[in-house]
Amino acid sequence: MTDFSTIDITEAKKLLSQKKITATELTEFFIKQIEEKKGLNCFITNTFDIALKMAKESDEKIQKGSDLGILEGIPIGMKDLFCTDGVKTTAGSKMLENFVPFYESTVSLNLWKNGAIMLGKTNMDEFAMGSANTTSFFGNVLNPIRSNDQKDLVPGGSSGGSAAAVASGQCFAATGSDTGGSIRQPASFCGLVGLKPTYGRCSRFGMVAFASSLDQAGPITKTVSDAALMLQSMCSYDEKDSTSSKKLIPNFSDYKKFDLKGKKIGLPNEYIIEGLNEEIKKKFDQCINIFKDCGSELIDITLPHTNYALPTYYIIAPAEASANLARYDGVRYGLRENSENLDDLYQTTRASGFGDEVKRRLIIGTYVLSAGYYDAYYLKALKVRQLISNDFKNAFEKCDLILTPTTPNVAFPIGEKQNDPLEMYLNDVLTVPASLAGLPAISVSAGNNNNNLPIGMQIIGRPFEEISVLAAGSVIELSKV
Amino acid sequence: MSFFIEGNTGKWEVVLGLEVHAQIKSNSKLFSTASTEWGGDPNTQVELVDCGMPGALPVINEFCVDQAILTGLSINAEINEKSIFDRKNYFYPDLPQGYQISQFEFPIVGNGFLMIQTEEGEKRIGITRLHLEQDAGKSIHDQDIKNTLIDLNRSGCALMEIVSEPDLRSPEEAALYVKKLRSILRCIGSCDGNMEKGNLRADVNVSVRKPDSEMGTRCEIKNVNSIKFIQQAIEYEAKRQVEIIESGKKIIQETRLFDPNKCETRSMRGKEESHDYRYFPDPDLPPLMISKEKIEELKRSLPELPDEKKTRFISEYSLTNYDAEVLTDDQYVSDFFEEVAKNRDSKLVVSWISVELFSYLKKNSIELSESKITPKKIAGLLDYIISGKISNRQAKELFEPYLKSNLEAKDFIEEMGVEQVSDEGEIEGLINRVLQENPKMVEDYKNGKDKLFGFFVGQVMKESKGKANPQVVNKILKDKLA
Repeated sequence: MTDFSTIDITEAKKLLSQKKITATELTEFFIKQIEEKKGLNCFITNTFDIALKMAKESDEKIQKGSDLGILEGIPIGMKDLFCTDGVKTTAGSKMLENFVPFYESTVSLNLWKNGAIMLGKTNMDEFAMGSANTTSFFGNVLNPIRSNDQKDLVPGGSSGGSAAAVASGQCFAATGSDTGGSIRQPASFCGLVGLKPTYGRCSRFGMVAFASSLDQAGPITKTVSDAALMLQSMCSYDEKDSTSSKKLIPNFSDYKKFDLKGKKIGLPNEYIIEGLNEEIKKKFDQCINIFKDCGSELIDITLPHTNYALPTYYIIAPAEASANLARYDGVRYGLRENSENLDDLYQTTRASGFGDEVKRRLIIGTYVLSAGYYDAYYLKALKVRQLISNDFKNAFEKCDLILTPTTPNVAFPIGEKQNDPLEMYLNDVLTVPASLAGLPAISVSAGNNNNNLPIGMQIIGRPFEEISVLAAGSVIELSKV
Repeated sequence: MSFFIEGNTGKWEVVLGLEVHAQIKSNSKLFSTASTEWGGDPNTQVELVDCGMPGALPVINEFCVDQAILTGLSINAEINEKSIFDRKNYFYPDLPQGYQISQFEFPIVGNGFLMIQTEEGEKRIGITRLHLEQDAGKSIHDQDIKNTLIDLNRSGCALMEIVSEPDLRSPEEAALYVKKLRSILRCIGSCDGNMEKGNLRADVNVSVRKPDSEMGTRCEIKNVNSIKFIQQAIEYEAKRQVEIIESGKKIIQETRLFDPNKCETRSMRGKEESHDYRYFPDPDLPPLMISKEKIEELKRSLPELPDEKKTRFISEYSLTNYDAEVLTDDQYVSDFFEEVAKNRDSKLVVSWISVELFSYLKKNSIELSESKITPKKIAGLLDYIISGKISNRQAKELFEPYLKSNLEAKDFIEEMGVEQVSDEGEIEGLINRVLQENPKMVEDYKNGKDKLFGFFVGQVMKESKGKANPQVVNKILKDKLA
């Protein structure tokens, strides 16, 4: 069997259209990979039968040469946060261990319409709450990349299953969702491309909600070119989502024509934080030079409220989550524990259905919205969020793109940072500001550190300017730093 | 007449504020396309949002927004160009999302008012706000021995919560306020106002105080679903509060329930047990923006409102304030009146509708709209009175059997043989006979016993079996006895 794990979607599409390979061959290859790499625990549910059926349909279409979707015949992984009609959707939680939706999320529906093939549902932090994929009820995911010292590493989170699956060649690409960094951080830890589009670009309909004002679907891919194709297939205006954007959807692959010459790249001094890994700082400096080389102008900018982004995020996201997860009460679907009365039903079901991290955030969220605390926490956080947004708005008057590292550190060993939630939350410190501002941001691998671990660089753009973000990402990708 | 409660320590004034929940008359729910039809099989009218499925999202129903704006305009209120939907968080089995989408700090409609017609005259009742919110589902406790069953058909239906200022001072005023509000809602069609079906219900805030003193501590009586119950609940609750205060204790702010069987209110939960609803803006819904143009457009589409109609009735039909109020309370009644009053003496029509017809309806406990009585039916009878073919008194006697019959006025009157005789020759013959039979009386009359005139009229009427036109009888009799 040919090894398809080294090629990307862009190449596979070429081979498919030249009829050198079939979608069924691709699918069978990845099914084999998934079975062989079970140990990484990337998938919660495999949907091989569905995949083979979809592959057959794609092959028929390719034969006929008509109605071809952008991703016709391309096998992918679907984060288990997207509801899939007739296929178990768990959100990584015991609460939804046996939940089978009877409806399809808009993002997954768009992908299937574009010919993508579903290999399975990828593992994730429970309800997308985590930065290491260690909070999944279905066990943690292993990063396929090993350090020189051969330790088992986390893949990042919450889209850890998606990232590890793509990095280990179990699929061409996978969907992710990003609330505070859940696409970009695992992409960074696994040496991949992770794109969080502008808030509103992808519909949230059918996506299990964590924090509605922040949640945004996006792709995790091997290459920037693939990210453009995936996003093209995922996004749409959706009347089922009132926050979905009606902005014209461009051809994202046009990023290839986007010239960075003369463009201003902003460097926010606030992102060179204390505790930023030295090697990451070094890579960051190298990337600055890459942009200089392609004729961009590098300018220092300031995003003065950056320091407040993480605490702001950890008030707003749990607050919204505390309401979003109230529906898991054992009454209508999902886990239901035996109980004597109503309060008992709520207590036993929620006590046993949610893991510790979810409970922690629900308690925080409930607290910050409570009478007497609302003004001091939630309301203040909303105001700070506005200031953070304004920071970016002001910055984008001076520059076109912002370059930062994606994470303060590289992938860490499983078991680390488990006892101190604050240390875990610090993983998101560089990704959270763009989330709060709803801006498009990409993480692209800028090569490895001395211990063989990938380092990700983040590029943040103006609202709905994914094209320039992709273009800048591709500059880093091509430089082979 | 002011309303006071006589306590041992003197008079107590009752202070009332109402929160009326009116279900918007709309084919689909506030945030989903599920049907709102009443009486469907349980859980057959439920979309993803209505049962709180993972990943379900609310999408505002523009029609419901329009209804709220129309209602706001018809209670003389400000329409807020920007309003916000909030989540009101609490756990309950018939609340599938674990929160109700409502409006808290920024409602769609701000300050307004409506006028009620009390015995002392018109009174202005302030309205604090109107906001949009989702209804909850229904918990059914009496169908299964061990379990509570949930019906989500009502879950997500659109409600308008209309909050009054504490301007009401008696159970009667509260009743008038609800009636007026209901007639407005029905007139513009934003709510059926059917309290039995629960699409109009009220939370009543009651407190008592000595006249002209500070506001007392209030209790809220939840979910009262008829005007009669609202009055009963207020009467009971106000007396209860007076007794507590006069016995030296304090009113505890709490939520209470009205039990219509025992006609009393009972504590549901105290302030300390009250929910912390943790309201916050719903991130699934952008702020609701309403353009000035939209408001103007809706304003132009408003039908004639009850108060406007009342003013018109007073000037056009020369009605009293009271009659006009009674006739414009209900759209069906006012249309009925106008149909009958067309080219007829409006005073006669009013008295027949608001007195005779209404007492007939009351006696038979039916609404005019539910009865099969048509304007044509009433008009037919009135035309006989107007033309003098039957007397007013005859008509009154015939009224009930006439309404119950399926006959038109002409056929009914013929069948009953009651048509009034106005033929002067025929009446003169009768008079002659009566005068001949009573020579003594005629003599006495001529000698000054004026009162005997009535006797002669009575005799003539008796001779005619009541059919003689009294006016004609009077005229001829006067000539004869002159």
